[in-house]
Amino acid sequence: MPGPELTDHSAAELSQALAAGETTSAEVTRAHLDRIASLDGELHAFLHVDAPGALAAAEDVDRRRAAGEPLGALAGVPVAVKDLLCTVGQPTTCGSRILEGWVPPYDATVVARLRAAGLPILGKTNLDEFAMGSSTEHSAYGPSRNPWDTARTPGGSGGGSAAAVAARLAPVAIGTDTGGSIRQPGALTGTVGVKPTYGGVSRYGIVAMASSLDQAGPVTRTVLDAALLHEVIGGHDPMDSTSIDAPPPPVVEAARRGDVTGLRIGVVKELGGEGFQAGVRARFEEAVGLLTEAGAQVVEVSCPSFAQALATYYLVMPSEVSSNLARFDAMRYGLRAFPDGVELPSAEQVMAATRDAGFGDEVKRRIILGTYALSSGYYDAYYGSAQQVRSLVARDFDRAFEQADVLVSPTAPTTAFRMGEKLDDPLAMYLQDVATIPANLAGVPGLSLPAGLAEDGLPVGFQLLAPLQADDRLYNAAAALERLLLDRWGGPLTPPLVGQVDSLVGPVGTPEVRA
Amino acid sequence: MTTVEVGLVPFEEALTRYEPVMGLEVHVELSTATKMFCGCPALFGGEPNTHVCPVCLGLPGSLPVVNGAAVESAIRIGLALNCRIAEVCRFARKNYFYPDMPKNYQISQYDEPIAFDGWTEVEVEGPDGPERYRVEIERAHMEEDTGKSLHVGGSTGRIHGAEYSLLDYNRAGIPLIEIVTRPIAVPGDRAPAVARAYVQQLRDLVLALGVSDARMDQGSLRADVNLSLRPVGTAALGTRSETKNVNSFRSVERAVRFEVSRHAGILDAGGRVVQETRHFHEDTGTTSPGREKSDAEDYRYFPDPDLAPVAPSREWVDALRATLPELPAERRRRLQAEWGFSDLEMRDTAGAGAVDLVAATVAAGSSAQTARKWWLSELARRANEQAVELSALKITPEDVARIQALVDAGAINDKLARQVFDGVLAGEGSPDEVVAARGLAVVSDEGALTEAVDRAIEANPDVAAKIRDGKVAAAGALIGAVMKEMRGQADAARVRELILARLT
Ligand SMILES: [Zn+2]
Repeated sequence: MPGPELTDHSAAELSQALAAGETTSAEVTRAHLDRIASLDGELHAFLHVDAPGALAAAEDVDRRRAAGEPLGALAGVPVAVKDLLCTVGQPTTCGSRILEGWVPPYDATVVARLRAAGLPILGKTNLDEFAMGSSTEHSAYGPSRNPWDTARTPGGSGGGSAAAVAARLAPVAIGTDTGGSIRQPGALTGTVGVKPTYGGVSRYGIVAMASSLDQAGPVTRTVLDAALLHEVIGGHDPMDSTSIDAPPPPVVEAARRGDVTGLRIGVVKELGGEGFQAGVRARFEEAVGLLTEAGAQVVEVSCPSFAQALATYYLVMPSEVSSNLARFDAMRYGLRAFPDGVELPSAEQVMAATRDAGFGDEVKRRIILGTYALSSGYYDAYYGSAQQVRSLVARDFDRAFEQADVLVSPTAPTTAFRMGEKLDDPLAMYLQDVATIPANLAGVPGLSLPAGLAEDGLPVGFQLLAPLQADDRLYNAAAALERLLLDRWGGPLTPPLVGQVDSLVGPVGTPEVRA
Repeated sequence: MTTVEVGLVPFEEALTRYEPVMGLEVHVELSTATKMFCGCPALFGGEPNTHVCPVCLGLPGSLPVVNGAAVESAIRIGLALNCRIAEVCRFARKNYFYPDMPKNYQISQYDEPIAFDGWTEVEVEGPDGPERYRVEIERAHMEEDTGKSLHVGGSTGRIHGAEYSLLDYNRAGIPLIEIVTRPIAVPGDRAPAVARAYVQQLRDLVLALGVSDARMDQGSLRADVNLSLRPVGTAALGTRSETKNVNSFRSVERAVRFEVSRHAGILDAGGRVVQETRHFHEDTGTTSPGREKSDAEDYRYFPDPDLAPVAPSREWVDALRATLPELPAERRRRLQAEWGFSDLEMRDTAGAGAVDLVAATVAAGSSAQTARKWWLSELARRANEQAVELSALKITPEDVARIQALVDAGAINDKLARQVFDGVLAGEGSPDEVVAARGLAVVSDEGALTEAVDRAIEANPDVAAKIRDGKVAAAGALIGAVMKEMRGQADAARVRELILARLT
């Protein structure tokens, strides 16, 4: 096996080494579990680590490989899963007290597909409570930290998956993206994150935040790894009525091609400029320049309705949240809290006490916003008009895609921000997703890849957007840009934490105990 | 509750000052194999919480998938109620917290029902014969049923005062069709009967469609009776009460009468009717207040983002229309015309539950009038004596038709026919066997018999020769031939006499 550490390798490299018999899945899995044990006390990327389960799955794949069974490309490559996806045998908390200790009796379709493809599941990664947030600071179990600077957040909601992959605790991970929860953490941790076309990956078994926006996708260190993982989890699922019943786009082939000659690239006027950090803008413009040099044709496109995208999102999303989260009521599973000083509390009182004790402030804020927006007398003004703006956003995308094959923008307006910096200012936090939200509103696919470091030495994310079901275009363009950037930066961007393993090994508890 | 308890005004007296306006909401549980949005069996009862899965338990992450068979049933019900069928419609979430609802929202339909703008016609008894009333259907929509709560302890069996409650989610997710009428304003004294006839008609209709077992006692057909009064001669609607889960036809009628009396009492006393849900009590025929339905009730409906719109193709709808069975009211009208029955005759036939029996008897060869005569007089009397339904008597329409055929052929007369009925009902065999065994045949046409005997002799010269030679026992073969020709309606002894008279 080439290279210094097993954990430094991409999933594609591990896959080749496994196929060639140069290593075993048990070895690879153990290497990652060891690294989790030494580093995750600092990073808190995981809420639960399932070392026995992961090793058993790894040994099973090794046995099947030895027996000559045909195996998928990523068989034996371990994966981390955001704690929003249901997993048999592992708790699923959604980062919330209200589901503390709940072990689902069924697997999410994505999880079932990972298992069927032979990927050992290392554990469940941290997130903002019910995926509501952009920093993981809203996790009821404490924030994750950014491997580039542990005083900073890894972004959110999927900061746990992004931090784990950036710090080499897992070669690949699964995230979910409702307004940018895969792509923004990708930008802030220097990883690749993809939100597939809405309906491209089954939502069955993913605890819903906003059903019409949620989409699971890959979190990786390379574009090819993302495509390989996308292929494993994507495709039609009869258990999800919103799943697309058509052959999935050829993403792996596109990621291997990486040719932008003649590709029309649209720079979205509204997603950049004011409010974007200078270093973010600089890296973005350089990347556009690299694509131009490589033969792409750059045009500027305008999507005027994107100016209302954030406001629209904050009507649609909380409305769906208020209904989706109604089921957490202490009657059937999860936390049950009793009101103080009530002898024989009614079901209603127990529900109220449980929801008061079990939900954090951000979740309550969104439930209240959504309940209000759906109320009779307000529905038309809020939810109704938000749906209209949503169709305008989709129309703007349609028009832009007449002029360009893919659209580009910075992924997030800033690099990783400090812990606590935006915690008391929800609007500042919400602005983190200003460039990622339009894709969720229209359902189109988006990809973020690292585009170098900003003036503060922190990674910058470059976002690509493609038309519905044209996810392969993202992978093609991203693979080309990735190659150009590797040349420019002299190799992959590596967070300092990766080189400081020894200094960080300290008193770390057994991860399973913490979960 | 803010309701002031005031006296009841007798129903007939109330109608001198007020007109009732009714609205009926009927929930029909479909008898599909599986639930509305998951693969669990849609069965009544069962050990609590055994017909459940992540979807109908509303576990985090689970998603609904529409049951196509339920959509088909909904469309067929809509078509049978002369509704328009939506080209595209959506499911909506009805949000409210209740422990027997796993998701704390019910997947239902709101402003886009699958069927709308329909009508049906019901018939009730008037002083001058049957009267028909058209009931306008506003909508029929699809939704999922809730689970069931069992409140233990306390005196009322309701949640208030209970020590604890048990929840059973077997029923959660069973497909329901809710059928909602437009306001029904019929002459007040007909209102209770119209309400009952309408619910009965819906029952007959869903049974004919085969989409539900429509058992009111098991809750697979549930009626809510909305009622308001307005002063006679005015147009504006009064405040309504909603009496929930009235679970027999008779109770529907009684609930309307009681609410008319109760509303009139409140209005006479200068009070205001409270818009509220009420419970009907079978034992006393009265209602009592349930939840107050103030303006605060806001279900925050919005389209369910988990489900794609349902878009039944016109080809499919047309195919379903083409294969609708003949519906009960339609069939009764057709049969009445075919049979030439008067309204009174038809009503008596229907009232005796004899429509199907008469139809089958006619199909077996009888005339409609004679079939009606036997079933509604002779057999109705016997059913009455035995205290059973007509259809439970141990005689088939084919038997009745055969007995009538014997009468028509002159083999028996009406008086003998009654004895044949006795025999068949007593299990002595078919009408022919009873006639033979009891020796009831009458042969009035000696000429026909003589001709038959002559033909038998001619056809069997060998046998005839033997008899002429004194072998009288050989006559049996000729008797058999004659009986065969006479289809068993000849008196065997008389045939023997005739044969011997010719040959000896
Ligand atoms: Zn089920």
